[in-house]
Amino acid sequence: MIVLDQVTKRYPTLRGPVQVLKGVDMTVEMGEKVGVIGRNGAGKSTLIRLIGGGEKPTTGDISRTMSISWPIAFSGGFQSGLTGRDNLRFICRIYGQDPAEKLSFVQEFSELGEFLDQPIRIYSSGMKARLAFAISMAIDFDCLLIDEVMAVGDAKFNAKSREELFVKRAHKAMIIVSHNMKYIQQNCSRAYLMNDGKLQRFDDVEEAIATHKAMMA
Amino acid sequence: MAVPAPPGLGHTFFEQLLVQRRVIGALLMREMLTRYGRRNIGFLWLFAEPMMVTLIVTALWTTRGLHQYSDIPIAAFAITGYSGIQLWRNMSRRCIDAIEPNRALLRHRPVKMLDIYLARMLLEVAGTTTSFALLCVMFLMFSDQITPPEDILEVAYAWGLFAWFSMGMSISLGALSELTPLVNKFWPPFIYIFYPLSGAMFLVDILPHGMREFVAYIPMVHANEMLRHGFFGSHFTAHYDISYLIGWCLGLCVFGLGLSRMTVEHRLS
Repeated sequence: MIVLDQVTKRYPTLRGPVQVLKGVDMTVEMGEKVGVIGRNGAGKSTLIRLIGGGEKPTTGDISRTMSISWPIAFSGGFQSGLTGRDNLRFICRIYGQDPAEKLSFVQEFSELGEFLDQPIRIYSSGMKARLAFAISMAIDFDCLLIDEVMAVGDAKFNAKSREELFVKRAHKAMIIVSHNMKYIQQNCSRAYLMNDGKLQRFDDVEEAIATHKAMMA
Repeated sequence: MAVPAPPGLGHTFFEQLLVQRRVIGALLMREMLTRYGRRNIGFLWLFAEPMMVTLIVTALWTTRGLHQYSDIPIAAFAITGYSGIQLWRNMSRRCIDAIEPNRALLRHRPVKMLDIYLARMLLEVAGTTTSFALLCVMFLMFSDQITPPEDILEVAYAWGLFAWFSMGMSISLGALSELTPLVNKFWPPFIYIFYPLSGAMFLVDILPHGMREFVAYIPMVHANEMLRHGFFGSHFTAHYDISYLIGWCLGLCVFGLGLSRMTVEHRLS
């Protein structure tokens, strides 16, 4: 379970502090699929960063009793001068996994072929995204963070990654941030609406989307 | 019911220590591959690079005939002095602006800010220490401008304190650099002021009295004097205060760790 209790986050800026999260409560149970929607700048990405744990909340508390992934297909942690293989090794090492065991899966899934031994710097954005997605799938977590990533490759790769995520990992908990309402409808059982640093809980996804649309109008 | 630790994380202190060791190991590897790659001599550059610089400085000082003015083994003087400079200079350079470009790494939960600093600092300590030791051995074999260390334990102790001081200084500067870009701007001139002032190029004993009291405030001077006392202490009168140096080490560590926690984890910058 993941529980956020009255979480706030303030960032200093040149024009004084900006309060991005204003007392957020959230609960995600084992195996639950939860959507997070809201307009740009509402605070969704900050929320995901705090849940991931790389940053601490200003006040409030986050407790986690399940393991949480880094944002799926996030390639920011890659070192561009290193090869795909070296980056895979690095990720496996920090999560205490044997790189040799994961290699064949990543090799096959990412369809990178010879490029796995080339520095990431020369990859196309599609290749980079395929590698990042494959590496995300190589480590096992209870809860997956999905922050607006689904259009990573061509249609064939997207179908394959959807299958990997929502069929093979159907039992995992997921926190899905998206502007694609259809995507939220299809995959989530509950949703939160983020608006101006506050999070509103909806047990009915349709209702969350309707409220969101009304606010956008 | 006990929850199994998530991949890459640990529950008990000991488990977490193992995680940290693993993460630092992975970061070390990544850093070495990025900086030196697998071409030519690869990671051997780690100590070949500082060795080259110290070698050139030592050769310059030795051939300038400085040894004619005293019976101090001039090569030992140069190697101790310049290796010390490399320690604090290279390490600080690696820690300034270290986090912001690597912030993405923190999205992997096992990786903590401190691990990024520690990996970089350990790499520098390993490189400079190897370079220092190899140069001593090389000169002992081929030059008469150096004598074997008189008290090798004191050399090791002094070097350890010097490394500790450099770590405190680097982490403090690193944390400050996340707060303001001014650190990166003022650091190069600062280095040039502290090259001569760090005690690498003089012995405190040859300074006039007023100067002696002044340089005694500079912590690097104490480390240098102690290092040289261990090396060739019978050739000169050393002036150093171990507790003063340790005070600086502790102070800088507390300051640096506290500030980096604020600037990086809470992102107050």
